[in-house]
Amino acid sequence: MSQAFGYLWALLKGAAITTRHFVVNMWFHTLRLVGFKRFRPGAVTIQYPEVRKPLASRHRSLHRLVPRPDGKPRCVACLLCVTVCPSECIYVEAEEDPDADIQKTAGTFEIDLTRCCFCGFCVEACPEDAIRMDTGTIDLAARSRKDLFFDRGRLLR
Amino acid sequence: MSDVLVSLVKIFVALGWFLILTLYLTWVERKESAVLQDRIGANRASVFGLRIFGLFQPFADAIKMIFKEDFVPAFANKVLHTLAPFVSFFFVAVTITAMPFGDDIVLGGKTLSLQVFDPSVGLLYVLAMLSLGIYGIILSGWASRNRFALLGSVRGAAQLISYEVALGLSLIGLIMVFPSLRMSEIVRFQGGTVLGFLPRWGVFLQPLGFALFFIAALAETKRVPFDLPEGESEIIGFFAEYGGLKWGLFMMTDFMEIIVVSALIATLFFGGWQVPWLAADGFHWPWGGHWALAKWLVIALQVLAFQVKVVFFCWLQILIRWTYPRFRYDQLMDLGWKLLVPLGLLNILGTGLIMSL
Repeated sequence: MSQAFGYLWALLKGAAITTRHFVVNMWFHTLRLVGFKRFRPGAVTIQYPEVRKPLASRHRSLHRLVPRPDGKPRCVACLLCVTVCPSECIYVEAEEDPDADIQKTAGTFEIDLTRCCFCGFCVEACPEDAIRMDTGTIDLAARSRKDLFFDRGRLLR
Repeated sequence: MSDVLVSLVKIFVALGWFLILTLYLTWVERKESAVLQDRIGANRASVFGLRIFGLFQPFADAIKMIFKEDFVPAFANKVLHTLAPFVSFFFVAVTITAMPFGDDIVLGGKTLSLQVFDPSVGLLYVLAMLSLGIYGIILSGWASRNRFALLGSVRGAAQLISYEVALGLSLIGLIMVFPSLRMSEIVRFQGGTVLGFLPRWGVFLQPLGFALFFIAALAETKRVPFDLPEGESEIIGFFAEYGGLKWGLFMMTDFMEIIVVSALIATLFFGGWQVPWLAADGFHWPWGGHWALAKWLVIALQVLAFQVKVVFFCWLQILIRWTYPRFRYDQLMDLGWKLLVPLGLLNILGTGLIMSL
């Protein structure tokens, strides 16, 4: 019998907890609705497309090719990123660079994002710091596969 | 002729009220569960960029369900499979006709009761119709020829029948106290006060009866603490083979049962449309004094009071649904037969003893 009352007490306590959450959250929702934005919001939800959480500085987002001062990519087409890439999604074709100190650069640089697993090995491997994953672009949905093939022009920024 | 017309209008208004409340109860369920779990809930449905807290969500859901394929599995019994959701829906939908929404209105010398029809066995009628709703569950499980669906309907039948007993027993004390089974008279009887200050509501006359009725009625709605017929996480339940709008009818039946149970609780235990200390000519405060009110204002207050009570109990039931985990089947049966039924009998005995004094 005492056990049964223990259960009943626990049930009431549970109901009190959910009721408290409801009342407190409703109170803050109402406050915000009528314009008191200094208080905490009524929910912990982040309304994603409109409100975004700041990304961590080491977050791996969409790749970019880092340009030299003259606008060409820093890439010297050493193919280390192509070699290390576990999903084999990078395609590089070398090109002669008129600058005698550099000699080689990437004429074609393509990343197939339909295959990329965002491991960041290409960034680690690059001796020239030519590829980085710091654009902060994380919404990469596209309407066609074609839109997910990033060529040199789209990567260079 | 005009009587028929009035009845038809009443039926349309009552059913419209019922269905609109059902529609928005789905929204309330989503939003309330979100608020008490620190979430926001569905707020994306919009018309021309207008969101207003996702109030269009029920329409979006309805449109989605209407455009889904109306699928009947090849192995199912087509007639019964189609019939079952309608049976379920119909027997809940008709119960609202016996609910008194307000006091009689006198319009141009004619008395208009705010109730579709008022049989002398109103309470029994509502209980009978709620019980007949079981046939929808049994039919759906049987006609689906799916073992899990059948398991769900067998559980549903066993649960609802055993809780029907507790439900009936919890109400017998109330029937002993109240002079009639007619819903309008039950409400009218709750108008006065007891001990000079308490409103003469069923909950004050029958506190134990109320607790038992509430638990049994929760089991009747077959929602979460008692959702064994459905059992989302183990057997998908009696509507496992349904999709689209037929599944939607089962879902709607669930929400309509919440409203019916709320209306029943409000009518039987919380004075229906009675406002505490409000008589036909205004408030009579228990500490003395009288606050006269216009007749139309009194009626408006009473109709509003019924709505508020119904909405409050809908809210409470949704809160309960999002607070407690599901019972195990043997615990459910234990609670029904070993706790609610004996307490119901005790309640009858106690009521009888007090009344004979």
